[in-house]
This record gives sequence, structure tokens and C-alpha cells, in this order.
Amino acid sequence: MSELFYDAAPNATRVAPDRPGPRTYPEKPAEVTLFGTCVMDLFYPEAGLDAIRLLEREGIRVHFPQEQSCCGQPAWTSGYVKETREVARAQLDLLDNGLPVVVPSGSCAGMFREHYPEVFADEPDTLKRVADLAERTYELTEFLLHVCKVQWQDLGQPTQVALHTSCSARREMNTHLHARELLGKLDKVERLDHDHESECCGFGGTFSVRMPEVSGAMVLDKTRALRESGAAEMVTADGGCLMNINGSLDKQKQSFRGRHLASFLWERVSGEVQS
Amino acid sequence: MNARNNILNKLRTSLAGTSPRPDEFDEELVTRPWQYDPQNRIERLRSLMEAVHTEIHPLASEQWPAKVQELLESRNLGNVLYAPGTEHGRMLAEHWQNAGAKQELIAYDRPVEEWKEELFWEVDASVTGTLGGIAATGSLVLWPDRHEPRLMSLLPPVHIALLKASDIEDNLYAMMKAQSWSAGLPTNLLLISGPSKTADIEQVLAYGAHGPKELIVLILEDQ
Amino acid sequence: MSQRIPITELTDSFRGRAKEALEDGQLRTNFRVAMDSLMRKRADAFPDEEEREGLRELGNRIKAGALSRLPDLLEQLETRLTENGVKVHWAETTEEANQIVHGIIKSKQGSQVVKGKSMVSEEMEMNDFLAERHIECLESDMGEYIVQLDGEKPSHIIMPAIHKNRRQVSKLFHDKLGVEETDDVNELIRIGRRTLRTEFMEADVGVSGVNFAIAETGTLLLVENEGNGRMSTTAPPVHVAVTGIEKVVENLRDVVPLVSLLTRSALGQPITTYVNMISGPRKPDELDGPEEVHLVLLDNGRSDAFADAQMRQTLNCIRCGACMNHCPVYTRVGGHTYGEVYPGPIGKIITPHMVGLHQVPEHPSASSLCGACGEVCPVKIPIPELLQRLRQENVKSPAEHPKVDGGAKYSRKERAVWRIWVALNTRPGLYKLFLWAATRFGKLTPKNVGPWTENHTAPVPARRSLHDLARDHLSSQQKQGGQS
Repeated sequence: MSELFYDAAPNATRVAPDRPGPRTYPEKPAEVTLFGTCVMDLFYPEAGLDAIRLLEREGIRVHFPQEQSCCGQPAWTSGYVKETREVARAQLDLLDNGLPVVVPSGSCAGMFREHYPEVFADEPDTLKRVADLAERTYELTEFLLHVCKVQWQDLGQPTQVALHTSCSARREMNTHLHARELLGKLDKVERLDHDHESECCGFGGTFSVRMPEVSGAMVLDKTRALRESGAAEMVTADGGCLMNINGSLDKQKQSFRGRHLASFLWERVSGEVQS
Repeated sequence: MNARNNILNKLRTSLAGTSPRPDEFDEELVTRPWQYDPQNRIERLRSLMEAVHTEIHPLASEQWPAKVQELLESRNLGNVLYAPGTEHGRMLAEHWQNAGAKQELIAYDRPVEEWKEELFWEVDASVTGTLGGIAATGSLVLWPDRHEPRLMSLLPPVHIALLKASDIEDNLYAMMKAQSWSAGLPTNLLLISGPSKTADIEQVLAYGAHGPKELIVLILEDQ
Repeated sequence: MSQRIPITELTDSFRGRAKEALEDGQLRTNFRVAMDSLMRKRADAFPDEEEREGLRELGNRIKAGALSRLPDLLEQLETRLTENGVKVHWAETTEEANQIVHGIIKSKQGSQVVKGKSMVSEEMEMNDFLAERHIECLESDMGEYIVQLDGEKPSHIIMPAIHKNRRQVSKLFHDKLGVEETDDVNELIRIGRRTLRTEFMEADVGVSGVNFAIAETGTLLLVENEGNGRMSTTAPPVHVAVTGIEKVVENLRDVVPLVSLLTRSALGQPITTYVNMISGPRKPDELDGPEEVHLVLLDNGRSDAFADAQMRQTLNCIRCGACMNHCPVYTRVGGHTYGEVYPGPIGKIITPHMVGLHQVPEHPSASSLCGACGEVCPVKIPIPELLQRLRQENVKSPAEHPKVDGGAKYSRKERAVWRIWVALNTRPGLYKLFLWAATRFGKLTPKNVGPWTENHTAPVPARRSLHDLARDHLSSQQKQGGQS
């Protein structure tokens, strides 16, 4: 959001917002709300369950309000402000209970923290609640690392993984750093770099269907880089990228696959191997 | 149709009711990271300039005319363009006479129109002074004037520049301030940081695009 | 063998052109290698994160400050330049700007123009305008010279011929100049240098752009590596500079951080070979330099962008090219795919106010919003935010008064689909019903779901949704009286 520093006139020249300081984290709470995200709901529900299990393992009681649906990002990135606002308002209302909100997706967490202020820019009365939600929203890896300060024992077999981070997760939430640190706590897991690691996988939500030619070229490059990293599999904290990458690998008839980071972490930490 | 008024009115209308932003210049940010101990200053300038193929020779002040002669000899160059109206120009001429140097001294003493062909195609090298140097970016500062016109440092394939060690400043901001540039600039002020180059073909660096192919800096130790 | 894309044959849509570019293996390799190199160079030039971010912020503040007083600064610039002997002209449209430049050339009975680099002159399509009036305008920047020789437009704002490799250049020189083919880049440059030297000597008028116009001192600042800019602005008897109205900065000291940001962001250089600061024509006792210096200030839609506080930020741009160097889309399709003067992320956000969004409706969507551009912009233009804004303008109905000539992608059908999406996502009952249907009948998902299945197999919904699994899990947790 661009700040109007000292001149509040609506047509005042804008400057980039001041760089935020490092985020301060609270003590581990007794309860949280999990916002599952629509992609996870429909396509990776087990990963959502694994996220819940990871949190419960830390002694946290997880709430999953059944009224939740979508953060609104698809309409937002398509330019439909009014429609976004209606859906965003519904989530804002149901999350209005003061509990920390944990989101197993960097792009959806980013939607709450970075973009809801833009969505409601014309509603000064709502902005206070939006700021409050942003304060309490954490992406899953961030929460596990900095709030739960997890202590883990790696119960799995030695393996090598490649880590892909969604662009918004990287740039809005620093998820790549959190995920790396979490993987670093698993002493039998080696994280391998892949070529052009920070480059977009080509999903971009509706971009993948509006510009399939370019998106397709991007995911081909990303999948090749991931396979050539030498890792046994890919892990990612974002369902959208996962859908994009796995869908492409399947179409290419490659055996290499990706998994949601939550599922990978639960497997390593619980010793339960999923089929 | 008055484009000027139309444009300015449009802009003013857009700013109606706003105030201009405060001045937010950050002097420290453009100076502190770019400050050097006196002994490192020359090193810094030298390493940056050499990285882009500048030839650097530190010398005792009075040795430079002989060095110029040597540089021309070793490259088999037949002439050198110089500025007779400057002190260093006079020194060069004097040395040439005393040493009986065989290269022709060409004076830039008439308007370019009168001898374009010769200037563009037949001058092998030039010698100019400098206003100073900038260590942070490895740059020479030139203030061309009627004695040392601009084309001297642009046309010949070899440009020899005289730089006094004591004239090297840490960074551009410091130099602007120390010399009060904002009080008045010359027709043309130049920062020159190496021989001419281009990377327009496949990003491969090639030297001598349109400006001099060789830049030779004689750093005159006077400290 | 790479296709060259001549100006007259650009196919009609971004996607069409993208498809062609994506199938051109040579082009893709050329761009990938070049962009990787430019990204690395920029990273190497900014090793200190604090210094880099501090400088970007300073650049943003300086530009915002200048824009917040733009009309006053333009007047101050005009006054000081005029005092210095420079003639200042104003043009609202490219047509007017062309007329002004042509008028100056005609007043000198000129027929040969040599041009240093100027993107604004590309906006003006100045070369074509002059050619129609029998005035030859030769590009002198090596990259621009190469694309001009091949009848193409530049594909990058800093490195116009980046889409060509040396073999292609060699063949071009061979075909057009009759010289022997060579693999040696140095030799190719020597050929260019020889050919252009005569032009510098003989040209009646030199045209250049301006990187920064300094109001305080009445100075035009130009940066370059080759020397052709200095040649074009020093050798001919008349120098005409063309620039956009947003290029003015208030104080001389402002150029210190801005030039540093520009050269390090563009090519990873601490500074360019030449920084050329022009404050007037040849003085009576000077021996070289142009006798006349003109500045043409061009609007061409900038004042429209200026009128919108959010879009005004596009005028921060210092034309470094870092955004396109880091863009995964640009890297894969190259500059010509955008079909306009300015390609890449910056092109997508400034072209709408120059030509109208109706002309380039696909531009705002030609991005995955990855944010790499915004992360590197030296003056912190919020490019992804502005792309979002343009997407909003694109889908507005006429009743919603779209700006920047938007509304090209307004579709009642699409709107209706999003209304359904709203209903589903704001009515928990409906949403649950949808989830139930999707999971129950997931296996019936058609194998072909349009553009998605071009690149993926159709995604199949899970057997049970997270809503379902979570409800069961959490209620059994409750029954067990807490956590496991």
C-alpha cells in the first residue's frame, strides 16, 4: 500500500511505504484459527489436516470455522474489486475473534496482510479491523518457526528435497527463509538448490489460463530445473504452485512429483509415512 | 494552440489542493559508503579504471611530458593534439623542443569547422588536463573550455589525461560541494571513466566504440 | 536460425506474438543468457543490502518530490535553460514534437541527422517522420544502428539488439554493408565505428535523449558507454534533445544517487564511461560544440498519468531496464512481443496512458504478478500494484467510467461468472454444497478443461474436502478431551 506521508490530499504524490522493521512474534498461543484456503480445501485436504496435526503437536487447539471459503485473491487479481470485497468481508467477519490466524499458503496469507488494506482502501471504517487481522495472520511455516519455535526430531529416512516458494510467499512473507529453516531442523533431510530457484513457476492464478503459452513455457522450465536438481521430490508451501507444477509433471508423464510442505513435515516429524 | 500552457495547466490542476513534498535528500547515504583513506583513494580510482581497460601510470609531476613522448613512441603514433593555451600545454611544448621529440604537436587553436577532416581522421592522440578525479566511481572530471575543447577527449583514438593526485575526491557529491558546481556549470562538463566501450552485441564487451579506444591516465604525485 | 521480426509484420495480439517468440529457440536462448547476465551484474553492483535499499528509497523520494512540484520545476528548467542559451519547446503530442524537430532541421536546410539514443524519439517514430520528408536520420548507438539496419524496432530499452547474436549481426553487416562475415565482436564494432564516424562529421543536426534535466542549473545530463551520445551532441552544428516532461529533477545533487541507481541497475556498472552534462550551446570564444541547442519537452499522455495519483508513480521511471531484465515473461518472449515502444513491466504500465488501454488490453494480464520487477525497481515504482489497477480499469463497464481508456475487457458473461463465485464464497451453505458436489463427482472432471489442460492434466478434486476432514478430526479431538 502506498503511503500518503504527510499530505493527506487524495491526489497527493505518493511515495513507497517505509521499509517495515522485522516482525515481532508473540508467545505461543493456546488456540488458533486455521484458514484452509480454497485450493487446499478441494485438492490437498490431507495437507490441511497435516497442518492441523503439526499445530496440535505443539499443544495448540485448532479451530476450523466451517463458514470459511476463499480469501478473494482470484477475483482481486482479475480486477474485480467489488466482488473481491464481498468475499473478503465474509472472511473478515468470521475471523474477527482475536485469535491468531494460521494460513498454509503464503499467497493467501499475503492477501490478508498486504492486499486487504487495498481492497478496503475506500472504507476507512473497515480498515481498523483489516489492520487487526493482518497483525494476527501468519503463514504456516512462519508460525511454526517463530511462534511455536518447534523442536523436532527427524523420524524419516535420509532424503533430498527441492524447495519451491511461491512468489507472493517469498516477497510478501519471506516464506522461503522460514521453510529453509524448518527443513534445516530435520537432520536427515538435505535441501538441494535448483536452477533459477527464485523464478516464478508460471501459475500466477488466472495468468495460467489467460496466458497459457507463456505460463506453459515457465512451468516447463521450472519442472525441468526441479527434476535436474537431483532431489527425490519437491516441497512447497503453496497449493497453487503445487497444482501447477504437479499438473505439468503429470502431463509430461514425469515420475517426479511435489508435495505440500505441511505433509512432508508431518511425515518426518510423526514418523507416519503416507501412501 | 499553446502546448506549454496546456501542459502546465493540466499538471497544476492535478496538484490542486496538495503541497509539495519536503526535501528528503540523504547526504550521508551518498557519501559515507564512498569515503576512503588518503592512501586508498588512489588505489580505488586506479582499480576501477583499470577494470575497464584504462592504462594508469603514477608519476612524479615533472616526468609526465617525457612519459607522453614514450607512450607515443611505443605506439608508433605520429602526432598528438594539445592545448597551447594551458600551462600543461606549454610544458609539453617546452619538453618537445628540448627533447627534440619527433611526433608532431597539433594545436587545437581554431574552430572545429576549419579542420574537421583532419580532426576526425588524422589525429592519433590527445593530451588534456582534468579538473580532478572521483575515487568512488573511478572517474576523471573534465571542464572543457576554449583552451581544451570537448572534442579533444572524444575524437582521437588515444586520450592521455593528466590527473593530479591531490585533485582526487572521494565521491561525486563531495566534489560537487567542494567546488560549488551548482553555482555555475560550464557549457559541457564531463565525467570520463574509461575508454569507450559497448556490450550491445551478445553483451560481449568491445572497446573503442565511438570515443577513444585507449584512455591513459597519468597520475601526478604531488602530495 | 532466429526469425527477425520486421516492423510491418507483427501479428495482431500479444499471445500470437508470444507464441511465435516461444517457438524461436535462438531468440529464447539469446534472451535467457542475456537476462541472466544482467541480473547477475546488478546483484554484484549492489552487494550491500542496506545501501541498496536505502538508495532505492532515496531515489523514490527524490522523484516523488520532483513530481510533487512538476509544473514549477518545468518552468524553472525552462528559465534556466533559456538563460543558458538553450531554446525550449513544448509538445503535447508526438505529432507536435515531430513538427518541432522537423522545423528546426528545415531552418538549417538540413538533410542529415545523426541520433544518439532516445526512447522518446521512438515514441515519436521520428525516424519515419523525417524519412517521409526526405531527411535521413541515422542511429549511432551500436545496438540501435544494428536494429535500424535490419528494419526492426529495439527489443530492450537499454540493449536494443539484445535479441541478436553475433552471427546474426555479422550476416546483417555482410548483407547491408558488404563487409566480410566475422565471428569477432571487436571487428564488428570496428566496422560500425568506421561507418558512423563519417556520419558524425557530416550530420547537420544531432538528436539525443536526456537522462535527467536539472532545473537548478539548467542542465541536460546524458549517460552512455560508447561515445556516440557525445558525438551527436558535440559534432553537428545543431543539437536537439527530446525528452519526456517527467525527466526534470530539482537539484544538481539529485543526480548523484539517481545516476548511481541508473547505471548499477541497468548494467551493473558503478558509472557509465561518459556522463555528459550540457548547459548551453557553444560560447562565443569556444572552438567546438553545437551553435544551437534545443530541448523538446514531450507530454504524450504523461500528464494523464500524472492526473491519477496512483498512476503518477509510473513517472518515477528512470528508464534503467532492470524490471524487464528480471521479468520471467519478458525473458521468454522478448521485447517485440509487446508490440509497442516500451516493453516489459514498465512498458505495460506506461503504454496505456500513451496509446490508451484499449490498444493494449492484454498488457496488464501478461504477468503472473510475481513481483520481481517491483523488487528491483530503483525508484520503487509499485509495478504489480499498478498492473492490478490496470486490470481493474480493463474490466470496468462503461457505467463505471474506466480510466486510461480502459474497459476493453468488460464482459457481462465474465462478470456473471464472478457473481456466481461471490455467491458461492459468501454463502457457507452453497459453498459446502459445491464442495460436496465437486468431491463426490470429482472423477467426472472432463480431461480437457480449456487452457489449463494445454499445460496440465485436469486436476481431480479429492474424495473429501478439508472442511469435511477438519470437522471430523476436530470433533474427535474434542471427544478425546483435547490434543493427542
